[in-house]
Amino acid sequence: MRDNAHRIFEQVADAARASGVTEVEAIISTEHQALTRFANNTIHQNVAERGTHLSVRPVIGGRTARASTNRLDADSIREVVEQAIAITRLTEPDPELPPLASPAEYRDVERRFEATARATPEERALAVAEAIGVVEGAGQTAAGIYSTEESGFALLNSRGVAAVHQETMARFSITAMGSDSSGWAKASACCHGDLDPVQLALAASRKAAVSRAPRELPPGRYTVVLEPAAVLDLVGQMFADFSATAIRDGRSFLNDRIGRKIFGDNITIYDDVWHHAQAGPAFDGEGVPRKRLILVERGVVRDIASCRQAAVLAGTEPTGHGFPLPNEIGEAPVNIVIAGGDSSVDAMVRSTDRGILVTRLWYIREVDPYAKIFTGMTRDGTFLIEGGRVTAGLRNFRFNQSLIEMLSSVEALSAPVRASGEETFDMVAPAMKVAGFHFTEVTRF
Amino acid sequence: MKDLALRALDLVARRGVTYADARVIETRDREISTKNGKAGQVSSSESMGIGIRVLAFGCWGFAATDDLTNSGIEAAAALALQIARAGTAARKRDVALAPEEKHEAVWVSPCRIDPFSIPVDRNLAVLLAVDRELRRNPAVSLAEASMHFERRRQVFASTAGSVIDQTRQVSGAGFSALSYQDGEIQKRSYPNSFGGQFQLKGYELVDELRLLENAPRIAEEAVALHRADLCPEGEFDLILDSSQLGLQIHESIGHPIELDRVLGTEANYAGMSFLTLDNLHRLRYGSDIVNVVCDARLEHGPGLGTFAFDDEGVPAQSTDIIRDGRFAGYMTSRETAAEIGEPRSNGCMRADGWARLPLIRMTNVSLLPGGQSLEEVFAADHAIYMETNRSWSIDDKRFNFQFGCEIGWEIRNGKRVRMLKNPSYSGITTEFWNACEAIAGPEHWTLWGVPNCGKGQPEQVMGTGHGASPSRFRKIKVGGAYAG
Repeated sequence: MRDNAHRIFEQVADAARASGVTEVEAIISTEHQALTRFANNTIHQNVAERGTHLSVRPVIGGRTARASTNRLDADSIREVVEQAIAITRLTEPDPELPPLASPAEYRDVERRFEATARATPEERALAVAEAIGVVEGAGQTAAGIYSTEESGFALLNSRGVAAVHQETMARFSITAMGSDSSGWAKASACCHGDLDPVQLALAASRKAAVSRAPRELPPGRYTVVLEPAAVLDLVGQMFADFSATAIRDGRSFLNDRIGRKIFGDNITIYDDVWHHAQAGPAFDGEGVPRKRLILVERGVVRDIASCRQAAVLAGTEPTGHGFPLPNEIGEAPVNIVIAGGDSSVDAMVRSTDRGILVTRLWYIREVDPYAKIFTGMTRDGTFLIEGGRVTAGLRNFRFNQSLIEMLSSVEALSAPVRASGEETFDMVAPAMKVAGFHFTEVTRF
Repeated sequence: MKDLALRALDLVARRGVTYADARVIETRDREISTKNGKAGQVSSSESMGIGIRVLAFGCWGFAATDDLTNSGIEAAAALALQIARAGTAARKRDVALAPEEKHEAVWVSPCRIDPFSIPVDRNLAVLLAVDRELRRNPAVSLAEASMHFERRRQVFASTAGSVIDQTRQVSGAGFSALSYQDGEIQKRSYPNSFGGQFQLKGYELVDELRLLENAPRIAEEAVALHRADLCPEGEFDLILDSSQLGLQIHESIGHPIELDRVLGTEANYAGMSFLTLDNLHRLRYGSDIVNVVCDARLEHGPGLGTFAFDDEGVPAQSTDIIRDGRFAGYMTSRETAAEIGEPRSNGCMRADGWARLPLIRMTNVSLLPGGQSLEEVFAADHAIYMETNRSWSIDDKRFNFQFGCEIGWEIRNGKRVRMLKNPSYSGITTEFWNACEAIAGPEHWTLWGVPNCGKGQPEQVMGTGHGASPSRFRKIKVGGAYAG
């Protein structure tokens, strides 16, 4: 990828110079993704896609704009450069626009696995067939996906930045369905050999079996044990606010809360691209190396992500969390690691006299941007805990819950794991036992 | 483009397929935005590629590429067949398709002003004028405005002999004012949240929206919300503006009528539907005045779900979804129509680009206008009126929903008596639609565009259309989002 990216950038720089422009940045991204999808115990959608994308951003007298294409012949590259220059010249100068990034050292992260890059449709289909067999053998119906992908991202500019990252990613997700119940499990990893589809199928199937004939509990405040996927999908909703630009705009719930203790003593959260269970490049969309941030330390809001423009305005250093320019949102931490504790899901259940065990949450949306109240539903495995053990499946609840209140009411945490959900990006997160979680309604199943 | 599609079909047909289609797509788009007096996003993008779908060995295979050389298309065709063969490892039965005739057509959506003929600096000037107007109110912390234009040309060809060349032009524009004061964030958007209004039109849409003249009111409302009373909690008659009702239709009618959800093929991600097959023609979905159609035809209006043919070559149609309150029909594909014994697909298969497989997607799912005047809709002794969506959530079978809106008003004897902040309402889908007791007439009906509907794995983002006029619902649970 590196050689190809340099070759493309040379053409971009030549075309820019021919138009009298010397300051230019190019982002080249590649993707080869394949996904085998199954439902009703059969493979029903089975796809692959391959694409390459080039985007070009000149800087001309404090002006900038971006033009993109997926056609990489010489004429198309020249045309996209000319287009980028033409629209850039039609914008107004921005005195706060930073110059192109300067070269920096990038600490390597090894996240590309050849076997995953070369995974075949047959490999995925056989693993899916085996997982379906587990669920079907329990008298249930399976649905899910097995995907493998290889991607590349290169950012080069005329000041000598040449940041290149390649990685592979595999995901397996499965829902097991009984006549009136369901269970779900999902995992992701840079190396597909680290996934165990059969174990995930067994976990989903067990949940569907245990939640048969679900009981209905009235809405109210309950002690909950949230499995890591439920924690990630809910807590993950707040990290876009750990952004200097969001705070400056007045759209962050951290306005007037930096340095204050807003969560419990047991809540510590990092942004750490080098964590062994994390993924992604060690540089940001501006070409700045990522720094490790302590976002929350024992309940106190500490570090905030800053792009280069936000850093200049605040008189600080950029943290390496900026998005490609131009954009409105600035930056955000994307390699979240929520520190855990010494408990486990089993221990949390054992220590709960009456509560609810939640597998996953669904359709989470922000109700109040400053109180950080979110609504959503439980899904695919919600259980009643009585006397320290799971005694029944439950009909699904709607919740309306403030994250500030929730993260001030955490009674126990497990060790963190790489967790994968559907409502936000993958993170490293623990399971949590939370007191007084607010369920406001019950649905019909 | 036609040659590329036919070459791909020829390659797979020679190797033996039951059916195949190819879509060659060329897109061009432009995104322009401003934020607090400066340009935000200024970008243009072009993309071209091919998606090849084959039915072979009883299974589907799909491969897409942007390498449009002979070798690139050959590799994609071979991969599509390899994927279909691999699917036999977990095949329960052979895929069957409802019949469809061969179609040859060229269609271009109506567009009075080509948006790509308008220079970027003129786009920015319009948005910056709105921005200035919003920030004239010093309590506005964040003013944002945007425009979006996309032109997509698609050539579809199938082994049934169809060759369909369609070009669709989509435009969108809107703005918002956000105010942060004393530990509270309030926001107003125009003409709708999440980017504004989107339709199958050219630049004329931007002119029609009257952005600048609405900016002072929106800024004033965003700031005034800080001083407004909190929306009360309880059971109230509820009046919704047409944009919020459009999203209510999307979530509680549009998604549950997707037949792939009903049949379980979205169970792992988007979920299933309460509308099991035994409900068809039996379920009392809404009150007698509720009539809903799924209509992709141009006669329905310039919606994000308007086209001439869907992405498996089936002509645009209008299907009754709810007729006089009774559940009357699903959205189907050729495969799902065959599965439930329907003679033909009603043309709802759409893909979000060349790289993705067509799925059953909403076209324009609309509540037909009612017979009431706007005054009659508001003629309640005591009601809550809500405008412009702020949050939306519904369970994975589409029973229980909760929506929040940007602004509310208490209505007494048909008049607005006080502004309410943080309004929300919730309920069960069929109970809600059965509580519908007034729908405003066609003069208040708007075909809204939802540009960001997600579905499928890998996820696809699709634009859908929803026509609605302001309507009133009896005894709805209000204020639950902030209760307790």
